[in-house]
Amino acid sequence: MKKYILDLTVVDNVRLHSNYILLKMTQEATLPLMLPGQFAEIRIDGSASTFLRRPISINYVDIEKNEVWFLIQLIGDGTRQLSKVNRGDKINTILPLGKNFTLPKTNEQQKSLLIGGGVGTAPLLYLGKQLIENGYHPTFLLGARSSLDLLQLGDFQKFGQVYITTEDGSVGEKGYVTQHSILFQETFDMIYTCGPRPMMMSVAQYAQTHQIECEVSLENKMACGVGACLCCVENTNEGHLCVCKEGPVFNIKQLLWQI
Amino acid sequence: MANLKVDINGLSMINPVMTASGTFGYGKEFEDFVNLERIGGIIIKGTTLNQREGNPYPRMAETPSGMLNAVGLQNKGIEYFIKKIYPQIKEIQTNMIVNVSGSDIESYAKTAEMINELHHIPAIELNISCPNVKQGGMAFGVSAHGASEVVKAVRKVYKKTLIVKLSPNVTDIAEIARSVEAAGADSISLINTILGMAIDAEKRRPLLSTITGGLSGAAVKPIALRMVWQVAKAVKIPVIGLGGIMNARDAIEFILAGATAIQIGTANFIDPSVTVKVIEGINEYLDRHHYSSVKDIIGALEI
Repeated sequence: MKKYILDLTVVDNVRLHSNYILLKMTQEATLPLMLPGQFAEIRIDGSASTFLRRPISINYVDIEKNEVWFLIQLIGDGTRQLSKVNRGDKINTILPLGKNFTLPKTNEQQKSLLIGGGVGTAPLLYLGKQLIENGYHPTFLLGARSSLDLLQLGDFQKFGQVYITTEDGSVGEKGYVTQHSILFQETFDMIYTCGPRPMMMSVAQYAQTHQIECEVSLENKMACGVGACLCCVENTNEGHLCVCKEGPVFNIKQLLWQI
Repeated sequence: MANLKVDINGLSMINPVMTASGTFGYGKEFEDFVNLERIGGIIIKGTTLNQREGNPYPRMAETPSGMLNAVGLQNKGIEYFIKKIYPQIKEIQTNMIVNVSGSDIESYAKTAEMINELHHIPAIELNISCPNVKQGGMAFGVSAHGASEVVKAVRKVYKKTLIVKLSPNVTDIAEIARSVEAAGADSISLINTILGMAIDAEKRRPLLSTITGGLSGAAVKPIALRMVWQVAKAVKIPVIGLGGIMNARDAIEFILAGATAIQIGTANFIDPSVTVKVIEGINEYLDRHHYSSVKDIIGALEI
């Protein structure tokens, strides 16, 4: 897919709670085609300690409004600076980057489970939309520290059944996503997951044990975003592959995870 | 419109702007962002005789105005390059230059000899300065004798333009530059990355798997500029300057310090179209100062 460097205009900067923002951006021309699982490299201006762009996954694309959404956790100086943008500001963005999630291979009766942890739920919203549009019925399993860290719940519920775990038990079942009762009550044909690496590894282990196809979205530290610098590599059955170019979505069969 | 053409000891370039090895892939990675044929020369990533997996992850840490990398020359080896990559890039109408690395003198010479046969590769850049692998050439690049030995061996088998890339991790860069010139190099490029380190204080652990890595980006520019100035005074062959060039103004500073051409590296990560902006910016500077050719400002620093 052709990649673009765009000066996108901020439509909205919503503070979801103290640590997360939802940036909605647009441009006059129609936005390029973007697929669920792909990401953008966002340039951050005005932060002396931020040198490189920040890779941010595509949270959602609203085709009617010509908007692309980014769900951003405020972790360091760069993301905190980014959280200060206002409606009308321009943000230099390179997109779409990387490989997307693949749709289930067989028939439309397939049951897919989308498991997200923390800000890792971001790409699953757009994936949920794509699954619905292609006739699938996604189920979501979202994990967070507490109810405050549970983001875009209303949006997810539009696309399917949502199950929740929180570490403090403030909403849904208490514990981690891989402990949720739904995993022991229902069977699924395909699992997509994005979140902290230990969470994805236990999801991968569950998928492997139950012989379920599973795709994970990795977020290794990267510089260029286009497969040039070879910094963000993951060890795979084909050697070191760039998460930015050959990923960020990998089938767990490609990975050499000790699970 | 000023004349931007420069000549690197027989290698003619439409302008003095090149891309630095390891930051521009094989060029194709950037074709959505820039017209590759507008760039004076593309130095494609470090290639070794045999395939190398490179260092374990993590290989990168962002630092103030820069970044550390410890990629460790990951590449599929020269045979793969000749069979799979070369056919894809040979039609690109600019100087496609291969950066060559090795673990011993024989592997450098063998790789260079194989590239000598490729008609569409007019030059190589000999990397005797990679800080990220134990046998990555920096051992050659940090002594005048070692540098001279490897350049002599390659010069015997390589008949086209031979650029030698120097390490800044030395006490006297001018001495090494002179020995490389005497050994038969056509041009010298500098600087490779500066050995550095980053620590995560919370976890009390290094941020790179290799503990130390190579620093690049805007942070290194003053050091690079100083070394380019020292080397340009020390040798007669053309010097190619690099290290922290982010824009046309930076590039012009290197040319004024004595560089005939410049390379853009880490800046490609921040703006993948930066090369063409630098070319346009150099032209604008020359017009504004009423120079008819970029050659008029090479080493034109007034002291």
